[in-house]
Amino acid sequence: MKELIRAEHLSYAYPSDEDGVPAHQALKDVSFTINEGEFVAILGHNGSGKSTLAKLLCMVLEADEGSLYIGGKKMTGDSVSDEDIYSARRDVGMVFQNPDNQLVATIVEEDVAFGCENLGVPSEKIRKRVDYALATVGMTKYARHETHRLSGGQKQRIAIAGAIAMKRKCIIFDESTAMLDPAGRKEVMGTIARLNREENLTVIHITHYMNEATMADRVIVMSDGGIIMDGTPGEVFNRATELWDANLDVPQTTELLWKLKEAGYDVKTDIFDPCECAAEIVRVLKK
Amino acid sequence: MAEIQIKDLSYIYGKGTPYEMKALDNVNITFGDNMITGLIGHTGSGKSTLVHMLNGLLRPDSGQVILGGKDIWADPKKISSVRFRVGLVMQYPEYQLFDETVKKDIAFGPKNMGMKPEEIEKAVSEAVKFAGLRPELIEKSPFDLSGGQKRRAALAGVMAMKPEVLVLDEPAAGLDPGARREILSRIRDYQRESGTSVIIVSHSMEDMAMYCDRVVVMSHGTPVMEGTPAEVFSRADELFSVGLDVPEVTKVARALKECGVDIGLDIYTVKFALGRLLGGGEI
Repeated sequence: MKELIRAEHLSYAYPSDEDGVPAHQALKDVSFTINEGEFVAILGHNGSGKSTLAKLLCMVLEADEGSLYIGGKKMTGDSVSDEDIYSARRDVGMVFQNPDNQLVATIVEEDVAFGCENLGVPSEKIRKRVDYALATVGMTKYARHETHRLSGGQKQRIAIAGAIAMKRKCIIFDESTAMLDPAGRKEVMGTIARLNREENLTVIHITHYMNEATMADRVIVMSDGGIIMDGTPGEVFNRATELWDANLDVPQTTELLWKLKEAGYDVKTDIFDPCECAAEIVRVLKK
Repeated sequence: MAEIQIKDLSYIYGKGTPYEMKALDNVNITFGDNMITGLIGHTGSGKSTLVHMLNGLLRPDSGQVILGGKDIWADPKKISSVRFRVGLVMQYPEYQLFDETVKKDIAFGPKNMGMKPEEIEKAVSEAVKFAGLRPELIEKSPFDLSGGQKRRAALAGVMAMKPEVLVLDEPAAGLDPGARREILSRIRDYQRESGTSVIIVSHSMEDMAMYCDRVVVMSHGTPVMEGTPAEVFSRADELFSVGLDVPEVTKVARALKECGVDIGLDIYTVKFALGRLLGGGEI
């Protein structure tokens, strides 16, 4: 697998401001590698550094210390060329939490085209890319609709389509499902999972919903500016007590199995699908 | 303390324009005294419109909002007094924070209610404590706070008025699981101690199952289900059909039944499921 993002000992502090608010060390010595096509979920309490990390990876902020590589090219330090930075910024994009804060045009297809227009893509190519992007998020029939009349889930899918049209290699979702209703959440998570599978899109999904994290290949857990766990959903959620200590949670399936284990039943605890969870319970009850 | 009765209420956005949209369609609900009612529904189901009716931010096109036995619109000039009695914490705290400092912002309600300065001081410090805001933050501008802190500041501003009815639109969105538990437990403890009616709007089925005494389900401008969490969440197929969901543990109970282990479909918390499975008789 080809490496897409490599972080080595990244640190970042928000500087103190004129009102005397002291500087805040948001990230401390963070290192990891994300390969092309990976689906990574990032969990962490409020203020754990998740969003700061996302901003460093999109190069909205620059690390105080450490090195960041995108597509094998170094993005930190003095010798970096502007061209490399621009190219990497095209590769990694972000979808935000509030669907109303990121749509810029009044008509769906114009919004999806906005990024490409800014990149100077020729208009006939833009047409093709927009049609393709709308098809991949299942919004083709809304191309001429007004953006402000869409549901939250549809708005988020339009934001994703904009990133697809720009041919981004990686999208960082910063709590993009937090404001959505259950159907909207399913709609967006389904779209994300499919793009990851079928288009080899690298996905970094920041969320407070534990069951969304179970859909990822890998879960990174942050606490107080550092990474405290990094593994498959099974490995991470098996450390339930540590997660509870870090102000986090485990999926209800894991919690149920975990408590059964505490009650003396010999169950596996790294199961997330409700049907598989039920099957596991039936297996031990029949013993 | 007071219950709120909604009677034959309808509301249309953009009446008389081509964009006319019926947001609430002949709604009848009672939000009971001394309990936590959860309001769930898909985006556009009319939850937020209904919530804005409860303290008179919107005026019904037809029907009534009856607070403690009186129509809140009986004397429209006195509608502002209803806003002291029914406190609303909005979905986006940015929409209700406005003052120079967090402290002034929280004191705004009590001041307008005509509290004396020492009462205001007391109400503010109690509200700050309740919302779990760090005291050093209260001299800052509310707009310099993080999302989670803004949410707490907005909650404190409403709590400082000691409302008889507390209405919270997504009070825990964007908070981490630990902070969610903390804020929602505090709201429940407060409700239990004070006997107020609390109404919570949320998209988190797990939270609603855990903290509400009753659940009202809205769809397309009208209530379609009402009952205890056990009653509502046992009707999973109907919830799915209106774009909603059930807690994960409820899905486990459904799958268990299909495997021939029937612990009931009215399971909505892990504790409850565990009780039924182990036969300990929990709840």
